[in-house]
Amino acid sequence: MLQTRAIEKRVAELSRRFGLAVDPRARIWQLSLGEQQRVEILKALYQDARILILDEPTAVLTPHEADALFETVRAMAADGRTVIFISHKLHEVKAVADRVTVLRRGRSIATVPVAEATLRSLAALMVGREVEIGRRADGLRAAGEAVLELEAVSANGDRGALALRDVSLCVGGGEIVAIAGVAGNGQRELAETIAGMRPLAAGAVRVRRRRLRGGDPREAIASGVAYVPEDRLGTGVAPGLSVASNVVLKSYRQPPASRGPILRLRRIRELAQHLMQHYDVRASSPQVPAWQLSGGNLQKVVLAREFSGEPAVLVAASPTRGLDVAGIETVHAFLRDAATRGIGVLLISEDLDEILALADRIAVMYEGSVVGERDAGSATVEELGLMMAGGEREQQ
Amino acid sequence: MIRIERRLEQPRRLVVVVPVVSIVVAFLIATIVLLATSHPPLHTFRRLFDAAFLANGALTETVVSATPLAFTGLAAAVAFRMNLFNIGGEGQLYAGAITGAAMGLLLAGAPSPVVIGLMMVAGAAGGALLAAIPGVLRAFFSTNEIITSLMLNYVLALVIDYLIFDSHSYLRETKGFEASVFPQGKKLPPEATWSSWTIHGLALPLGFLVAIGLAAAVWGLYARTRFGFEVQVIGDSVRAGRYAGMRTRRKILAVMCLSGAIAGLGGASQDGDFRHQLDPRGLTQANYGYTGIVVAALARYNPFAVVLVAFMLGGLQNAGYTLQGADFPAGLVGVLQGLILFSVLGGEVLIRYRIRFDRRPAKAEAAAPEPAS
Repeated sequence: MLQTRAIEKRVAELSRRFGLAVDPRARIWQLSLGEQQRVEILKALYQDARILILDEPTAVLTPHEADALFETVRAMAADGRTVIFISHKLHEVKAVADRVTVLRRGRSIATVPVAEATLRSLAALMVGREVEIGRRADGLRAAGEAVLELEAVSANGDRGALALRDVSLCVGGGEIVAIAGVAGNGQRELAETIAGMRPLAAGAVRVRRRRLRGGDPREAIASGVAYVPEDRLGTGVAPGLSVASNVVLKSYRQPPASRGPILRLRRIRELAQHLMQHYDVRASSPQVPAWQLSGGNLQKVVLAREFSGEPAVLVAASPTRGLDVAGIETVHAFLRDAATRGIGVLLISEDLDEILALADRIAVMYEGSVVGERDAGSATVEELGLMMAGGEREQQ
Repeated sequence: MIRIERRLEQPRRLVVVVPVVSIVVAFLIATIVLLATSHPPLHTFRRLFDAAFLANGALTETVVSATPLAFTGLAAAVAFRMNLFNIGGEGQLYAGAITGAAMGLLLAGAPSPVVIGLMMVAGAAGGALLAAIPGVLRAFFSTNEIITSLMLNYVLALVIDYLIFDSHSYLRETKGFEASVFPQGKKLPPEATWSSWTIHGLALPLGFLVAIGLAAAVWGLYARTRFGFEVQVIGDSVRAGRYAGMRTRRKILAVMCLSGAIAGLGGASQDGDFRHQLDPRGLTQANYGYTGIVVAALARYNPFAVVLVAFMLGGLQNAGYTLQGADFPAGLVGVLQGLILFSVLGGEVLIRYRIRFDRRPAKAEAAAPEPAS
C-alpha cells in the first residue's frame, strides 16, 4: 500500500529543512521549471541519496531561483551529503563550491580549492594556454562592405522565454566573424533567427543592406543567406532522400533543376555528380540515401549545396562537431575559401582553437547576449574564457 | 542471439520474392486450417481462384470490387507518402458519394458527359472539403490528423444515414410503395450512369479507368514535379523542408485535400458506376476506406502497385462472397483472407530489415569468468 499521508509528511519536512518550497499535492504540470527541478532534488533526498550530481542545474532557473538553489546545495553539504555541481559559469562555482575540478576535452586538468582560485585562473585552466602558440598561419583578412547586420535583435527560445537579447553584430564581406560561447547561450537561436527559421521578437536583420521581414527561410535564402545548421541529419539534409535530392534541396525551384513545375531529374543527377566530384564527396552514387553518408561527407554535401547558391553570408553553426580530423580540415578549408571569395562568414563554435585558427573577429555570447567583441589579433584566451563563463560582463 | 537490423540497400529481387514467398506461406498455413476443419484444401483453393479470376464473369465482379479500393488506396498512399496519416478515406468517400449523387440528381436532363464530368468534380470537391478539416487542424494547430480524420468518418456515417433514413432530404426517394416501406436514395437519372466498356466479356467501368489514370497522374506528380519533391522532403523531415524554404503548412493542407478528393471521386464512382443512388447501407458496410489503407500499405504507397493490389484484394473479396455457404462458414473465409493479408504485410519487414542469427560461442566463453583452479 502507498501511504500517501506519510509520504506527504516526509516530503513537506524535507522541503522545509532544505528550503525547497513545493506543494506536495501539486501536479507536475502546474509547476514552473524551477519548481520541477526542486521536485527532482526532493526525489533524490527522499531516497536518502548521499551523493547528488547536479548537471547545469541553473540552466532553466531565474537568478533568484538560482540563489535559492545555492542555499539548498549548501544545506545539503552541511547535512553531510556530497554534491557534485557541474557548471560552466564561474560565478556559480565561486558561489557554491568548496573544491573545483576543471575538465577539458574529457580530461581532468586540475583540482583546486575554490578559496584559492580566482575567476581569471579558472578561466585560464578552462580554455588552456597551449592554443596561444602559432594560432594563425595566415594574416587577418580585411573586411569588405557589410553583408550582414544585426541591430538589437531579440528572439524567443523554444520554451517561450527570450533566448536572444539585444544582439548587435556586423559581418563584412570576406571576413570570418566567430561567435564564441558555451553551448546553450543563445547561439542556436541566433543562427536560426538569421536563417529565418525563428521569428524576430525585436530588432532588425539586414542582408546586403536590405532588411528582412524575418521568420521566413525562403526570404533569407533568396536574399543570400546560406546556413549550415548544427543539426545536419534532419535539418541540413533530409536523411531518407538521395544525395542528389539533397544537393538541390534549396535550388529545386529554379532552372536548371526544374523548368516550370517539372523537375529535370537528369540535370539534377548531373549537378549532383558534378558537385560530388568537385567537393570529393565519397558515396557510391548520387542516388544513395543521405543517412548512409559519414558525417564528413554529409557536411561536404551541405557546404557544396550552400556555396552553389552563391550567397552573401554563410552562417555555420558548429560545422565541425562530430567530424574526424580530416573532416574538420576540409570544413576549415571551405570556410577560408568562402571568405576569400568575398562571402561574409559567421562561424558559431564552442571550440576556441577553431575560432582562433579561423576568425578575424570574435564575439562572445553569454546568456543570450553578446558580452564582448575582440579583434582576433588582440584577443587573449584568458579574456575570452572569462567572458564565456560569465566572469566579466562588459558594456557594449 | 537474433538481431534485426535495417538493410542498407533493398535488393530489387526481394521486392518480388518476398511477397510471393509470403503468399506461399499463407497458403501452407491455410492448408493446415482447412485440414483441421475438414475441408479439402486443394479443392478450396481452386474454387477461390475460380471465383476471383477464372470463372465466367469473375473478372468483371473482381473489377467491381477493386474500383473503390483503388480510389481509397490511392487516397491513402498520396497522404502516407508525406507521413500524413489520413485515416478518413471512409468518410471522404461518403462525402463524395453525397455530393456526387446530389449533382447527378440536380443535372437531370443535361447531356450525359456534362453530368458525368460534374459528378466527378462534385465528388472530388466533397471529399477534399471534408479532408480540409483535419488538414487545417494539422497544418495550423498541430492536431493529430489520425484522430481527427478518423472521427469524421463516424460523423459522415451519421450524416449519410440521416439523409436517407431520418429526413426528407433531396437525396431520398419519397414516391412509390417500396420507398414508403424501406427508405432509399432517389434513383439517379439515366444520364448520370457512368459509361463502361466491354472487352472480351470483361466489363470495365469508367471509374476503374479513371482510377488507373489517377494512379499515373499521382506517380507523375510525386516523381517528376516540384510539388512532389516538396512532399518527399517534408515527408522525410519537416524541419529540412522548412530549412529549405518550403511552405510546409500549405503543403500539408494541399496533400490532405488531394487525398480527400481522390477518396471523394471513389464515392462519386460508387453512385455513377454501380449503385445509381445514394446507398448508405451499402457504403457503410463495405469499409472501402479502411481497406484502402491496407491496399496502400501492401502497395508500399506506389500508385501503380495500389491498382494492382486493389485488383488482387478485390478478387479475394469477391471469392469470399462465392465461397461462403452452408458448408463453408463466412468466418473461415475471413480467416483465409486474414492469413494472406497478415503474411504479406509481415513479409514487408523482411524487405526493409534483415534478421541475423549471431552465435558467438567463442566470445561467450571468453566473457565467462575463469573457473577457479
